[in-house]
Amino acid sequence: MLETIAGKYNYWIYICLMMAGFYAIIAKGNLIKKIIGINIFQSAVFLFYISISKVPGGTAPILFDKAGLYDNPLPHVLILTAIVVSVSTTAVALAMVIRIFKEYGTMEEDRILAARKEGP
Amino acid sequence: MTQHFPALLVVLPMLAAALLPFSPGPLRRASWAVALVSAMVSMALASVLAFETFSSGQVSYWFGGWAPPRGIEYVIDPLGALMLLLVALITLAVTVYSRQAAPAEVPAERLPYLYAGMLLFSSGLTGMVITGDIFNLYVFIEITSLASYALVAAGRRREALLAGYNYLILGTIAATFILLGIGYLYTATGTLNMADLRERLPQVYQTSTVLTAFAFLMVGLSIKTALFPLHIWLPDAYTHAPSPVSALMAATGTKVGIYAMIRVIFTIFKPEFNLSTVPMTAILALLSCAAIIYGALMAIAQQNIKRMLAYSSVSQIGYIILGAVIANQSGMTGSLLHMINHALMKAALFMCAGFFFMRAGAEKLADLRGLGRRMPLAAAALTAAACSITGIPLTIGFISKWHIALGAVEAGLWPAVVVILAGSGLTAVYFWKLIEPLYFPDHGEAGEAAPRAAAEPATGWAILPAAVLAALGVALGFAAHLPALGAGKAAALLLGKL
Repeated sequence: MLETIAGKYNYWIYICLMMAGFYAIIAKGNLIKKIIGINIFQSAVFLFYISISKVPGGTAPILFDKAGLYDNPLPHVLILTAIVVSVSTTAVALAMVIRIFKEYGTMEEDRILAARKEGP
Repeated sequence: MTQHFPALLVVLPMLAAALLPFSPGPLRRASWAVALVSAMVSMALASVLAFETFSSGQVSYWFGGWAPPRGIEYVIDPLGALMLLLVALITLAVTVYSRQAAPAEVPAERLPYLYAGMLLFSSGLTGMVITGDIFNLYVFIEITSLASYALVAAGRRREALLAGYNYLILGTIAATFILLGIGYLYTATGTLNMADLRERLPQVYQTSTVLTAFAFLMVGLSIKTALFPLHIWLPDAYTHAPSPVSALMAATGTKVGIYAMIRVIFTIFKPEFNLSTVPMTAILALLSCAAIIYGALMAIAQQNIKRMLAYSSVSQIGYIILGAVIANQSGMTGSLLHMINHALMKAALFMCAGFFFMRAGAEKLADLRGLGRRMPLAAAALTAAACSITGIPLTIGFISKWHIALGAVEAGLWPAVVVILAGSGLTAVYFWKLIEPLYFPDHGEAGEAAPRAAAEPATGWAILPAAVLAALGVALGFAAHLPALGAGKAAALLLGKL
């Protein structure tokens, strides 16, 4: 029991972070806070990928003489790509929020929806 | 040279998209021409590749000469070739249509960005279709999605921004689920190549890792394909996006999403996985039946033309997925045919909607009153496309729905047969609401839309691409054996019967 909790603590952290991010996306009314939620949500998945790449006793996957075992470098590379994607998503989202703020004068979802009912 | 075509097909539009926003003045003003040249080159490359695929069975391309599963591989099989042609054809038609439609809805200084987004979108879709590597699939899904978020937000009303933002939030959740699913598949098998996954997965089918991976992939892809009840981003996005974007996205975006879903269920996992572990096809069949009825009922309730077409998409996506998950020869053939049918016809319908808007300011059904006489070609194209989606005989839609219904009968799914027929009836009802004011203006009260002066008055020729697509659909209905043969071959391959 303790083994599953303490021995795999990184996986538990990833699950908690992911759910925290997911909660922020759903529950927060502020558009910027939703984007922060998205970022936490994605980072949790990155943490998962980094966790699976660990080889017990392995070292960083950089070629040098004394290393016997290396960690698996492939998930590292994959997640580098996913980080780039995440940065682009954040950039697009922030650009949209700037435009929304200019058009509606607010970033709170309930006020935007109220403004929408009144018409342009 | 020919052997590099699969890579060029993805890279060329992407380069053109990167070039457009940063190019000097003269090239920016000619951004439509750049987009058109790129679309034409893509069409030519896709045709050559499709021909090669149908004659040799399969075309594969190894990036940097690295052999799979180590290297990234592009694979084009008959189904991929069909989708490639579809994406290239729709992109070309929409680009031609944009010449007059885009300036009516997007400010002139933003046009290069619009074209860049559309090029990026179709480049990403092409990549999704031909990649043989599942992580590569994720990257292309994200490229496509990022382009579509920006494209939706380019609409002329401020609601478009919100539609784009909401789509971004949901789309990112979906893509992250897909990424997580891929991660679990990788931990279970140690490979990312689709063909290799297919070989290695059966040994670990019963593990919870693979089940989790499958669940995450399915939920993520269901959001991307807008399968009921995960469709909530779609109606807003299609309604508020500029009409060339609506046409492009409705025709190709969700179709390639379904294609990715079919790849996961039938290529990466074998059909036995469904039978032995989770009844995923049964769940999807149930959801798609709900989508057919719900989408059609919501479409009947709409007054806005584009919103009606968007809900119609929700309903038709149900048909395509239902046909696929029946998982017999007739059902799969019908599903692929309906994909072709819906892509051609929904593109034509959104083009017509955009045309009525730019010529007459029409946005609501009532605004269409009497336009049938003033714009006969557009009205005819709309009617033909509506008939084909409904499934009136002598159109390709009849053949596709007939195959899906036949598949359901063969599988003994009688409730699904009832849903397919009832859904067709409802489809006829909402399309009749669209066609009636065009040709019978005397019924009901008049609309209030005033004739609208566009910045650059659009000519009647703007509707030609829509008319060509609609005519193609009708022609395919007459020469039904041709597409049925191609789709049948692709279906047999997917189901592992060849």
